[in-house]
Amino acid sequence: MQILAIDTSNQSLGVALVRDNEIVGEIVTNIAKNHSVRLMPAIDYLMKELTITPEQLDMIAVAKGPGSYTGVRIGLTTAKTLAWSLNIPIVGVSSLEILAYRARFSNSLICPFFDARRGLVYTGLYEAKEDKLMLVEEEQNTLLSDWLEHLIATKKKVIFLSPDIEKHAEIIKEKMGEYAEIPEIAYHIAKPSDLAIAAFDKEIDDTHTLTPNYLRLAEAEVNWLKAQKEKQNG
Amino acid sequence: MSDTYILGIETSCDETAVAIIKNGREIISNVVASQIDSHKRFGGVVPEIASRHHVEQITLVLEEAFNESGLNWNDIDAIAVTEGPGLVGALLIGVNAAKALAYAKNKPLVGVHHIAGHIYANRLEEEFQFPLLALIVSGGHTELVLMREHGHYEVIGETRDDAAGEAYDKVARMLHLPYPGGPHIDRLAARGEVSIDFPRAWLEEDSFDFSFSGLKSAVINKIHNAKQKGESLKEEDIAASFQASVIDVLATKTVKAAKQYQVKQVIVAGGVAANKGLREELEAKFTETDIPLLIPPLKLCTDNAAMIAAAGTINYQQGKRSGLELNANPSLQL
Ligand SMILES: [Zn+2]
Repeated sequence: MQILAIDTSNQSLGVALVRDNEIVGEIVTNIAKNHSVRLMPAIDYLMKELTITPEQLDMIAVAKGPGSYTGVRIGLTTAKTLAWSLNIPIVGVSSLEILAYRARFSNSLICPFFDARRGLVYTGLYEAKEDKLMLVEEEQNTLLSDWLEHLIATKKKVIFLSPDIEKHAEIIKEKMGEYAEIPEIAYHIAKPSDLAIAAFDKEIDDTHTLTPNYLRLAEAEVNWLKAQKEKQNG
Repeated sequence: MSDTYILGIETSCDETAVAIIKNGREIISNVVASQIDSHKRFGGVVPEIASRHHVEQITLVLEEAFNESGLNWNDIDAIAVTEGPGLVGALLIGVNAAKALAYAKNKPLVGVHHIAGHIYANRLEEEFQFPLLALIVSGGHTELVLMREHGHYEVIGETRDDAAGEAYDKVARMLHLPYPGGPHIDRLAARGEVSIDFPRAWLEEDSFDFSFSGLKSAVINKIHNAKQKGESLKEEDIAASFQASVIDVLATKTVKAAKQYQVKQVIVAGGVAANKGLREELEAKFTETDIPLLIPPLKLCTDNAAMIAAAGTINYQQGKRSGLELNANPSLQL
């Protein structure tokens, strides 16, 4: 079973090739540079380096967001088209879950999050059980301050993971005190090999209907819904 | 020589489209998934919504177009895709799908300019005779392009402000017509009288450039003034007068350019080429000359992938190739 994993949902760009739970190769960059330009060349490079041809792939795993809308779509479009044209299964994995994997040996609750601007974060809560991750609280787009209030009320230790951790570490420590664990900086970037491993246990998605996990309506839709409501209320 | 089959992908605005073309001239399959109903409620195309639809549609449309063709992957010579201009987020879906497909099936990749596509839509109907003049009118473009041979484009005139299609949409909104407004104005105009003398921007004597912002303002002012004075203007007459002004400038400049460059053929392309008033006026003007005029059937005027595959065929035959680093370019030059 050879899985090609693709993650362009946030700033880091990741491509991995995993064969039966063994990481054969992995490319990760963490720079603010164009995913659209760099993704296919990265896949091409990795595959050539490992002397694997596209026909030898058995499955595609893809990070389906949340994250940058455009980034998520670049990864998903590439992954879906590869899966369709090679006629192999595809599995989409939440970008938050992929990041949570970096703490899968921890006994604490795992809180991955991405900055969503204006005080908001995309986040959720996971827990590791025998190396597998369980979703404890639904993924959501929420105010970080509200979310922290909610977490402190559980009185459990929470490990925080985020590529945007430096921006928010202060407030997390202030609100959560001894309940907050923040690992060193190297653990805050998702690994595409974790994506492949996570995909291994998941149900196959339908290639055509697999869509991004935006966790948020488009702004135009929000405004439109608001206008409809106002109209209804007179 | 064996036949050339090109698969084309187009996602520059609000249509997700895939087509397969034989020898640059023959449509084998042509699938378009339009999002127009989804954007209607917003009164225009919302880029983020368009991108969301494209990613949901792309493999479905690919599958339908490929299955409909009855071909094998071995038959396909190259993958062509619109790389620009257009909405960047929308273009990215087509470009990334094309790259993945080219990689998976080990096919050459060919980037195509959207306007070159609109021009080549005509070649699906009739072979080109050079030199050729193309009038491109759409929501984003108003251009006169001279072609002396395949794949070479010389822009001899372009709009200095709004595209003709933009002016149509603006005036349609003033008249409270639903989106997209162009066809509604065209329909209203057919019932109205050219009773209002709106300005025509001829610009300099020797220029083939266009300008529609003055006309747009004139229409808006006219409607405002009438409202303030309590006068009632017939919507049909506003539409007819506005359309007469647009068409007069477009047709006159096109005829003048065609004569000056002694072209063998004139081509009309782009969404506004579906406009009945414009078609009639151009046909009338060109029957007085002996220059043949080509206007594509309505189905090929709006965005589709057959035109991208048709233009891509020329790029492919001329040896033009794109690499896997191909990107969407929203302001690509022709
Ligand atoms: Zn167009």
